[in-house]
Amino acid sequence: MSEDHVPARARLWLFVLGGLVIAFLVVPVLIVIPISFSNSTLLEFPPRAYSLRWYKVLLGSAEWRDAAWMSVKVAMLTMLVATPVGTAAAYGLHVGGFRLAGVLRLLVLAPLLVPVILTAIGIFYLYALLGLNNTLVGLVLAHTMLALPFVVLSVAAGLRSYDMAQERVARSLGATWFRAFRSITLPQIRLPVLSGALLAFISSFDEVIVAFFISGGEMSTLPRRMFSALRDQIEPTIAAISTILGVLSVAVVAVLEVMRQPNRRG
Amino acid sequence: MSEGLTTSDGLNAAGIRADARRERLALAGLTAPSFLILGTLLFIPVGWLFWLSAFGDNGFTLENYTRMVVEPAYALVFLTTFELSLLVTILAVLLGYPLSYMIALLPPRAASICLTLVLIPFWTALLVRTYAWLVLLQRHGVVNSLLMGWGVIDAPLPLVYNFTGTVIGMLHIMIPFLVLPLYANMRAIDRDYVRAAASLGASPAAAFWRVYLPLSMPGLTAGTVMVFVICLGFYITPQFLGGGRITTISMKIQQNVATYFDWGAASSLGVVLFAITMAVLWAVSRLASLRRLTEVGGS
Repeated sequence: MSEDHVPARARLWLFVLGGLVIAFLVVPVLIVIPISFSNSTLLEFPPRAYSLRWYKVLLGSAEWRDAAWMSVKVAMLTMLVATPVGTAAAYGLHVGGFRLAGVLRLLVLAPLLVPVILTAIGIFYLYALLGLNNTLVGLVLAHTMLALPFVVLSVAAGLRSYDMAQERVARSLGATWFRAFRSITLPQIRLPVLSGALLAFISSFDEVIVAFFISGGEMSTLPRRMFSALRDQIEPTIAAISTILGVLSVAVVAVLEVMRQPNRRG
Repeated sequence: MSEGLTTSDGLNAAGIRADARRERLALAGLTAPSFLILGTLLFIPVGWLFWLSAFGDNGFTLENYTRMVVEPAYALVFLTTFELSLLVTILAVLLGYPLSYMIALLPPRAASICLTLVLIPFWTALLVRTYAWLVLLQRHGVVNSLLMGWGVIDAPLPLVYNFTGTVIGMLHIMIPFLVLPLYANMRAIDRDYVRAAASLGASPAAAFWRVYLPLSMPGLTAGTVMVFVICLGFYITPQFLGGGRITTISMKIQQNVATYFDWGAASSLGVVLFAITMAVLWAVSRLASLRRLTEVGGS
């Protein structure tokens, strides 16, 4: 018997099953890569001949280029709005002794609890009145709302393991509140703030359902465009775009992993 | 003299109180932008939908809610959603628990690699994964070709555009949601408890069922609830992998709005979906606190 008191036989089965589950999780994401380099319109695996045909189609298409650019713009702006707004809220709720703080802490999670489809048709209805459907501002505002809980949760977790007394010391020595926050607190919670920002970016970049309702045509985001394309035909163009997005997501995981490293060693 | 002191103390105290009040106001002010956004883009529109679900052109009506009970089509939608969610949750636990356990047993370096592998699909766009499953599971897709090549089956299996395909696609999305909280919990379990149970004569199976499993319950409960609640709201995966044979609550809401422009019907379904979600969360939080109470009572 091993030192963790799991018998060798049970251990073997556990590792076989665990390995299979990991394969189940990873293989489907990887399978699109060879298909994206296929030379044929058929979705065959393994492809009979390789080429960059579908990447050329993708790069040559104004529709896909516009959608990609739109998604990057919306996700960047969402990140730039949601991060300071969410960080301020997390800070206020963490330090704040005001009466409603407890209730607000729950309310800020509402975007995660309300079914997305309900949120989507609600925003669509509101935007129809305000004329914000199919606008960049409308998309950014909606995605900011959806991203807020991620930023607040991430920053709140960072603040919980931070000693507020440091900021009070700085202020008692004459620093203004803002200066104390910027030069003492913020540097120490920068990793949670950064990962909150990253989550905000990803959540916007990957968002389909709200975008499906409030954007279309020239204002389509990448997921919105993929949604339409998947409904019409499943040719390897989508495999090419999936590969590009897949490489991006691996990069994100790598960045997060690097960001986590110092914590683990410390 | 003493009078002078009290006055200055009183002044000071008033000043401190005013300062504290100003500080509380400033802190509350910091949350204002967030709640302005949440208010205008979530609370008002969703509240408006709640209103629409019960107030039609002719005032208050429960018509939208009674329709759900009376019309069999709606019962089927609810049944499908629950069947899917329950099955996916059970499968996620059956596959996710051993995976988490395995990662928890691995040395740190290997555990970190496995965790990264679990996170890759987690960070991959939802539509990318949906597309991947279409490629894998379709009639002449990768899975069917392999199985036929190995001689396991003679004719392609119907793996997608049905219930099976939807379950597979949803399971793939939900396993990381189970593994992350569960693994975090397992890593914090002190293995000395298991060793103590073994040294006191417990068989490995008994040590697992009576010591390790109960210690991993908080993570398992959190993960299971999260998986079930997220499953209830699924839209994209059943839309593409269900091939029109599967209609979930979210899909019915979308159809009501896009096809029939029936906001009342769509809203009432949304209200029910939201209510079910909150009821599940509330029930679990109650059960969890009850268990804490009984544990304290027991010891």
